[in-house]
Amino acid sequence: MTQQLIESTLDSKNAVLNQICYAGDPWMAEVKKGQIFRILDLEGNQAVDTLFYSAANPEERYSAVDTIARQGKLYLTTDSVLYSNEGNAMLTIVADTCGRHDTIGGACSAESNTTRYALEKRPMHNCRDTFMYALSYCDCAVHRKMSKRDITANINFFMNVPVTNEGGLSFADGISGAGKYVEMRAEMDVVVLVSNCPQLNNPCNAYNPTPVQLLIWNS
Amino acid sequence: MIVSNNENSFLQEKVLWEEIIPGGTHWSGLIRRGTSLRFTDLDGGANLSALFYNAEEKLERYNMPDTLKAQHTAFLTTGNVCFSDLGRVMCSIIHDNVGWHDTICGFTDAAMVEARYGKSSYQTHHNNMFRNGKDGFLIELGKYGLGKRDLMASVNFFSKVTPDKVGNLSFVQAHSKVDSFVDVRFDMNVLLVVSAAPHPLDTNTTYQPASVKISASYAAPMQRDDVCRNLCEQNARGFINTERYYL
Repeated sequence: MTQQLIESTLDSKNAVLNQICYAGDPWMAEVKKGQIFRILDLEGNQAVDTLFYSAANPEERYSAVDTIARQGKLYLTTDSVLYSNEGNAMLTIVADTCGRHDTIGGACSAESNTTRYALEKRPMHNCRDTFMYALSYCDCAVHRKMSKRDITANINFFMNVPVTNEGGLSFADGISGAGKYVEMRAEMDVVVLVSNCPQLNNPCNAYNPTPVQLLIWNS
Repeated sequence: MIVSNNENSFLQEKVLWEEIIPGGTHWSGLIRRGTSLRFTDLDGGANLSALFYNAEEKLERYNMPDTLKAQHTAFLTTGNVCFSDLGRVMCSIIHDNVGWHDTICGFTDAAMVEARYGKSSYQTHHNNMFRNGKDGFLIELGKYGLGKRDLMASVNFFSKVTPDKVGNLSFVQAHSKVDSFVDVRFDMNVLLVVSAAPHPLDTNTTYQPASVKISASYAAPMQRDDVCRNLCEQNARGFINTERYYL
């Protein structure tokens, strides 16, 4: 299958924000309407579990099922619109050098690790723990009084979860690589919540979670 | 399709109660652990969107991604279970003659219904007004102090949507036949919220959602050869988590 890869013309020297999120860490920030937000997979094959909220009203949030149903497409790439639970466009993917991103695989959690791998895997670090930590400490979550109620099915940037016509689902080796990135334009003021996935039990991070880079440009 | 050992466990004379969900309308209720519900498509081509919450701790809710990941499937049928976001089996599909139930497309809202079917309000059509999935859910959820923040991906019983190689989705029209049914055993005390509004990808341009009958009975005790527990080791561990919760 050939995928159309779209490169960006933006230069990181002009970014108004340029930060690293280490493996297993949370990251939260606001992206204003019209700004461009890039996630860069620094070392390759790193799943970046990501949720978006309306900065004005976090009850409006990214909705995987709206994004899938409103476009009739299972995977995300350039030109995909990320829809909210209110049916509004939150962001549009404008560049993508990876080619496919997942939005039905969700985030790992202590509890899902017990079912997926072994009851003894509960203590391992996981994305929902990262989300819970971020909601407890990051200013942009605390002052909006966000909680587990606001955690919904997320996007897994750089993760490859192919579904067959017969409905089979697998976690395939990543199609991302060092230096690949995805870039999106905010269509409203949004809060971004990222968990840089610490999962060690499956190939979503090539069994070696690595840092990612987050950049924001003014329009 | 997996043949279920629970196929003959449903006896009409053992039915505790029945409820008709007229096409387009919504319903909610507490379904206790050990209860089995048979959902029957009364008109063919039904869509019954369902949300599941732990009745005692409503922050624990059905989790579509965890359900699909654990069972390595993109749809639900006999043998599949519905996982909560806390790793427990909330309910399990013990028998199904439909073969495919969607859980990745969510539900309609008012704008989607109006765009596809036109406008039809209570003022013009009384109880034949065009209802949508989201508003039906919010009306039911409000009765329990829940709201928009608690809306999650639903299970869309009776509906089938398939992807091609690049992920373009196709809705299978009239997938479910008249009198098709699916038997769901509730393994936790669940707040069940349902809407019989059309599926968001339904290609029918006439608003005529099918009605669904719910028939409740006591579920047969789980046997060693339970079709859901034995589907995969992930399900077995999910049942262990559920059983520990009720010890």
